[in-house]
Parts: sequence; C-alpha cells; structure tokens
Amino acid sequence: MAEGRLDGRGPDVIAAIEPTWYLLLAALLFSIGAVGLVIRRNPLVMFMCIELMLNAANITFVALATRLGDINGQTAVFFVMVVAAAEVVVGLGIIVSILRRRPGATADSLAELKG
Amino acid sequence: MSDVVWLIPAFPLAGFLLILLFGRRLGEPLAGYLATAMVAASFVVSVGVYLDLLGMPEDERTHVETLFSWVPVGDLQIDMSFLVDPLSVAMCLFFTGISALIHLYSIGYMHGDPKFSKFFLYLNLFVLSMAMLVLGENMLVTFLGWEGVGTCSYLLISFWHSRESAATAGKKAFLTNRVGDWGVMLAMFLTFSAVGSISWNVLNNNAEGGLLAETTATGIAVLLFVGAVGKSAQLPLYFWLPDAMEGPTPVSALIHAATMVTAGVFLMIRINPVIMASADWVGPMIAWIGAITALFAATIAVAQNDIKKVLAYSTVSQLGYMFLAVGTGAYVAALFHVITHAFFKALLFLGSGSVIHAMNDEQDMRKMGKLAKFLPITAGTFIIGWLAIAGVPPFAGFWSKDEILLFTLADSVPLYIIGLVTAILTGFYMTRQVVMTFFGEQKWESRAEEHGAHGEFKPHESPWTMSTPLVVLALLTIAGGLVQLPSLGIVPDSVQHRLEDWMHLVLPGEAEINGTWALDNQNLLVVVAIVASLVGIMLGWLVYQQRRIRPYEPSVLGNGWYYDATVTRFMGGPGREGFEAVAAFDATVIDGAVNGAGAAVGGAAGGLRKGQTGYVRQYGLVIGIGTVLLLGWFFLRGVL
Amino acid sequence: MDPTFLEYVVFFVAGAMMIGGAIGVLAFSNPVHSALGLVLTLFGVAVQFVAMEAHFLAAVQVIVYAGAIVVLFLFVIMLLGVDTATDLSIEPIKVQRPLAAVMGVALLALLGASIVQARDALVLNPGAGIATVQSTGNHDANIDQIAENLYGDWVFAFELTSVLLIVAVVGTVLLTRKWPKAGSTAGDRT
Repeated sequence: MAEGRLDGRGPDVIAAIEPTWYLLLAALLFSIGAVGLVIRRNPLVMFMCIELMLNAANITFVALATRLGDINGQTAVFFVMVVAAAEVVVGLGIIVSILRRRPGATADSLAELKG
Repeated sequence: MSDVVWLIPAFPLAGFLLILLFGRRLGEPLAGYLATAMVAASFVVSVGVYLDLLGMPEDERTHVETLFSWVPVGDLQIDMSFLVDPLSVAMCLFFTGISALIHLYSIGYMHGDPKFSKFFLYLNLFVLSMAMLVLGENMLVTFLGWEGVGTCSYLLISFWHSRESAATAGKKAFLTNRVGDWGVMLAMFLTFSAVGSISWNVLNNNAEGGLLAETTATGIAVLLFVGAVGKSAQLPLYFWLPDAMEGPTPVSALIHAATMVTAGVFLMIRINPVIMASADWVGPMIAWIGAITALFAATIAVAQNDIKKVLAYSTVSQLGYMFLAVGTGAYVAALFHVITHAFFKALLFLGSGSVIHAMNDEQDMRKMGKLAKFLPITAGTFIIGWLAIAGVPPFAGFWSKDEILLFTLADSVPLYIIGLVTAILTGFYMTRQVVMTFFGEQKWESRAEEHGAHGEFKPHESPWTMSTPLVVLALLTIAGGLVQLPSLGIVPDSVQHRLEDWMHLVLPGEAEINGTWALDNQNLLVVVAIVASLVGIMLGWLVYQQRRIRPYEPSVLGNGWYYDATVTRFMGGPGREGFEAVAAFDATVIDGAVNGAGAAVGGAAGGLRKGQTGYVRQYGLVIGIGTVLLLGWFFLRGVL
Repeated sequence: MDPTFLEYVVFFVAGAMMIGGAIGVLAFSNPVHSALGLVLTLFGVAVQFVAMEAHFLAAVQVIVYAGAIVVLFLFVIMLLGVDTATDLSIEPIKVQRPLAAVMGVALLALLGASIVQARDALVLNPGAGIATVQSTGNHDANIDQIAENLYGDWVFAFELTSVLLIVAVVGTVLLTRKWPKAGSTAGDRT
C-alpha cells in the first residue's frame, strides 16, 4: 500500500480515503449528469446537469491532486470554477433571450437545425 | 551538312510562323514568295545533305540527328530525332523540289483569291509535316508528320469551304485517313511492346537479325499497310481521293499526286525488313491489292469527264502500281516509280490547272477542245507528261513502269497480266484526255458571256509563275529515267542502276531476280511494254480523235462501279445506325453510370439527412454514445 | 494508514448527498426542486473537498457555486416563469430514454473499469506534495500553496480569467439587451 501513496507526505498525515473511491464517485456523478442532460427538456435543468458534470470533473481533479501530490490539480479546479461561472452567466443570458421570444419553449422546440 | 538536317523542316516551320503572324500584312504576292523561298531553302539543304551522304562510304550512310528528348517516360524514351539515310534523302530531294515548284505555280494560280496568304500558310505547314514524316527517326515523329499531312490535306481540300461539296470532301478525306491512322497507331503500340522502342532503326535491325517473331512482324506490317491503304488511296479506302479534287489544283498536284499519297509507299519501303520477316502471304496480299486497285481505277478513269477526276483516278491506279512493286519485293522499282510519278503527275495536274485557269474555271472536258493552238506551253508540257505516263520511252514513266512489270513477271504471271492490261488502259484514257482537251473538236464558244469574260473569249496562256514550273517538270520528266536505267544492252554500264546502288544499304528486303526467266528475257519484256503502251494510245486516238470506233463509256464506270455510292449508303444507313447505337450506349450506360453515381449519392444523402432531426438532445445523445464507443475501443485496446 | 471510521462516515454521507442531489436534479419535474437538488450536490462536493484537504476550494465551492450560480439559476427560473412542473412522462423522441440509459450505464462501466484498473499504477512524476496543517504546521498551508502556485506559475492564466469574466458580463448584457428599434422585436414582453 505504501507505493500507492504519494511521496513527500509524512506518515502522520490524515489518512484519507483512497483517491480511487473519489474517482469512482466522480464517475457516477458524471454519468448521472450526462443522462440528465439528454433526458430533460427544460433548458435550465439541462444546464444544471452540465453543472453536475463540471463538479464531477472538479472532484476528479482534486482526487488526482491528492494522489499525485501536485497542487496544480487544485489550481485547475479554481480555474474550472471561474470558467463555469462565466459560462453560466452567458448561457443563462442566451436562455433568457430565447425564452423571451418564445415563451414556453423547450429544448425540442429549438429545432431549426433540422435538415 | 547532315548535322543541320533539321533545317529541312525548320525552314517551312519558319515560313509557317511568319505567315501566321504577318500573312495578312504581307499580302499577295509577297506571302507566296516567302513561302516559296522557304521551301526552296529546304531543297538546297536537302541537296547539301545528299552530297554529304554521297561522300560517305556506302556502308555508313546513315546518320541520326537528335534535337531533344521528347517523351522520356520510364521505359519509353522518344526523342525528336531525324534519320538521314538514302531513303529519306531521296524522298526529301524530290518532294522539297517539287513543293518549291508548286509553291511558285500557286502564286500565279491563286492570284486574286482573298485567302491568298492562308493558302501558303497551309502549304508550308504541309511541307513541314511531310519533312517530319520522311525524316522521322522513330515512329512517333513519323506519325506526327503523318497526321500533319492528313490535317493539311483536310484544310486544303476544303480551302474554299463556303462550297459545301468542298467541305464534305475535306471531311471525307480526313475520316477515311483516320481509319488508316488507327492501323498506324496499333502498329506503334505493337512495336513498342515487342521491341521496347519505336525507333525505325531498332525495329529494322531486330527484323533483319531475326529477333522479331513472325507473327509480330506480320502484325506490324499489316497494320502499317492499313495505314498506307488509307493514306495512299488503295482499295478499299481510295474513295476520298477523287473527291479531294475539290481543292485548288496546286493542292491536287502537290498533295494528292506527288507527295502525301506516296507516304504510304514510303512507309512500306521503310519497313522492308519487317515485311521480309513477316508471313509469306503479306507480300502477295500487298501486291494483289495494289494490282486490283490499279486495274479498278484505270477502268473508272476511262469514263470521267472532269479533267481533274481523270488524273485523280490515274493517281490511284499508279499508286496501285507502286504497291504492286512493294508486294513483289521490288522496292527500288517502287521508289523509282514514286519519283517519276511525282514528276509527271505533278506536271499533268499543273497543266490541267493551267487549262482550267485559261478556261475561266471550266473543268468539264466535254466543253474543251482544240486548246493546243492557244496554250502552246501548256499543251507541249502536258503532252510530255502524257507520253511519260503512258509508258513511252525515253520518258521517265516508261523506265519505272518497265522495272515494275519486270519484277512482277518474275513473281507471278497473273499479276503481270493485270499490270499489262492496266498499262493499256492507262494509255487509252490519257490519250482520251489529251484529245478531248487539246485536239478534237472545239466545244467551247468564242462568245464572251458564256465564260464571263469581256469581249471575245479566247483562252490565254498562263503567266510565267505558272509556266516555269511546267517547263521544269517537263525537263525532269524527260530526264528522270536516268536515275535507274536497267541493264539492257544499249545502256552503258556507268549509268545503270544508280538508284539501286544508292538504296542498297536500306533495302535488305529487295527481291532477287537473277536467274529468273523474266530477267533473262528482259529485252523481250521491254518490247512488250512498249507495244502495250502504243496499243493503248492508238485505241484512244482511234476512238476519240479519228472517231473510227464509237466511244464506250458505260455509266457504271462513270460512277466508279458505284463503290463510293455504296459506301455512302452504308455509312448513311447501317453505318449510321451503328454509330447511333454506340452514341446511345454512351448516353445511357456511361452517362447513366456517372449520373447514377450522382443520383445514388444524392439518394443516400437524402436518407442520411433524416438523421438530422434538429433536436439538440438527440445530438447530445449521439455525442455521448460516440464517446462511449470511443472509450470502449480504447479500453479494449488496452490503452485505458 | 487506514482511514478512521469517521472518515468513512463522512465519505459516505457526503457521497449520498452528492448522488441524491444529482438524482434529484434529474427526477424532479419542478425546476425549482431540481435547483435545490443541485444545491445538495454542491454541498456534498464541498464536504468531499474538505475531506481531501482542499479547504480553499471547499470555501470557493460554497461561495461561488452554491452561493452565486445556483442563485442565478433561481433568479432566471423565477424571471421567466418556468417554475411550473413539466410532464416528465412524455418523451417526443422514442429512442431517447432507452439509449440514454444504455449510454449512462456504459459510460459508468467504462470509466469505472478504467479507474479500477489504474489503481495500482505507479506514479511516475509525483509533484512536490500537498501542504497540509499536519505537514507544515501552518493553518493557512493550503491557501498559501495555492496562492503561490496561482500567482506564480499561472499568473498569466489568472489575468486572462479576469478578462474572461469581463467579456462574459459585457457579452451577456449585450445579448439580453432590448434594442430600441421600431417594430422588429416581436414577442418581447416587458
């Protein structure tokens, strides 16, 4: 088990759960988010599912940062959050514009790409 | 001088380009003089090359002059190179010389024609092509010239293209020649596949050295003969030549008498080792086709009323003689007849042109007569040509025809009989022509209106530009026999067989007739030939001048045994249906396949288009499934 | 060292919060309920961050995600009036649900298999180590380390994110602005 640990950490550190469990948890969260994105028709709920997926990615980052002993993983999470925030802003703006024009629209009614 | 043999085609090329750019500005008659000067320069270079070759020892008289590498593609290495050997030099000498004379003649003949400079443009192009044909060291250069002369023939036959008959005749000539060209192309492919090169030297050396399989040699010889049949107007592809008389008379003289039509004979002479190496039936086949063509055309000439058509059929007949010579292995005789025929036939055509010019474009002999009085030079030279073609000694035609008949008898008696009968007919119809034109009764009116002249109509002699070539050709016709005199008792040894000695190097396939009955009884044969000619002439004189015997000119002969009409009807009927079937096949099957491919793509796209529902969620699902598949693939590959 | 019992409990409870919230996002027909499910998930994630010694990130998670983003969501839901429940039983595209289920299961299986397979993999390029209270004795160890990393190695990216935020804000304002043109803005409500 010692090789599974990372170097540079002292022996009296809080023994965390193995990062593998966190990764599995993140995978589960991601899958739920993906399914939700495809199932739901309300654009706002679809957006929330995207947020779920982003959070799953964040957990993955941090788990791997712990495993590899690299702080860059946590910095990456920081940036992901910033970008997610910006994305939510713009995305909600778009949804607002669309739903203003067509009240009661769902993802299915925005089918202009139909070929 | 052999190094600059490329000047022979280069001068007419320069003439062509200059007239192309400045022809309209040069105008009449400067364009004509320029063209003539260019061809005359070619002739001078030919003479220089000839003298050069003469100075070399006999065995070394071949020289290849390479200009540049033309088609270097892997195994196929073709250069633009010229072959200087006795055969090509002999051809060059006479055709540049006669071309120069005819250029000079054309200046007078085409006087006043609005397309004067264009005429000389085409004529120079023709001389260029003929030079390439004759001097080509490999089949491709020769073929370039071959196609070039065919094209010029088309351009010049339909020179007055506003006349529908002229345009049709041009097309007919071109298409018929195309059939022959097909044969030449196949021969080229066959040669390349068999020998690995399309150089004449390589082919001939292989044939001589026994490296060429008999079937291959037969194939090449027969295919090239197909080309020769088309170009030199033999049966079954002769019918374009009488129609080609729609072109101006100098064209008929140059292309359809003296030079282009002899290209087929030249080709056969060039490949004489291949013919030697081919199957035994190839030679007799060539000989029989030549003989039958000669007889066939002679019978038709008897009943023609157009002054040029008589000469056209006469040309076909004389070409038949040349192929008869080739078939019996008498290549020297064939070349000899090519040269003498060029002289007297050009003379006859130019003379007829002079007559037409004097009669204000009247070509029907039934409306001529008693012209000897008014056109002395024309009549005099024409008579010399007449005697030559009829085979009266000491004119050139006699010697060459006699040589051919000698070799023919040594080969096969039936062929000899055909040749002899044709000789009688030749004398007959030529006499008929001379009598109807120059002697006999005067059938034209002296009144002005009928001939579009002002005041009293009187045929006038041609200007010096037209008369001079006539005189020169007449002199050549008289002296032409000196080139190859047979070994008769009366002929001194030093002037015997000049041409044969000259050509010896390139004619390994020349038939050997020492020891045959024919050669032993040469003198007898000479007498027989002379008698035959005189019989023909006498008959003609009796029928047409003295009116002792009634003329017999059945319409079947006048219509050329209905051969041309049959071909036309076939081409218009079943032939056309065949072509339309091919065209329909192209439209439905080939176009259909291409269009069908397009339609299939369109249909498939239409089907696939249904996948684009526009639902973003579905697109998302597809992306998700794609990701899953990708991950699965990586996972199975062990990468993940 | 083995994790203590408490750590297991924390892990599973936070995990249950996360997954429960996620399923709630999926399953609730009322979007407001979905938003609440999202909040639950985000809190669960924050707890997991703390368990992994990423204290700063946990704080940011709560403040930014749960505190700002979800609030924004709720704003928009209320603004547009889509807070009524939708009928979840109908599905226009017939194959969507089965295929989605397949996709989800397959995704989970593949990802899980990959993760499990990599469990005993060697760490080839370990980093310098995460600083914790225990290792350095500094209570601000995590923040210090992140700050050093962020303003040291990634300062350029940091500046760019500020640009990104401004662009996002300006862009959204422009997107949603009602232009004062005559006649062409049909369907506008205000």
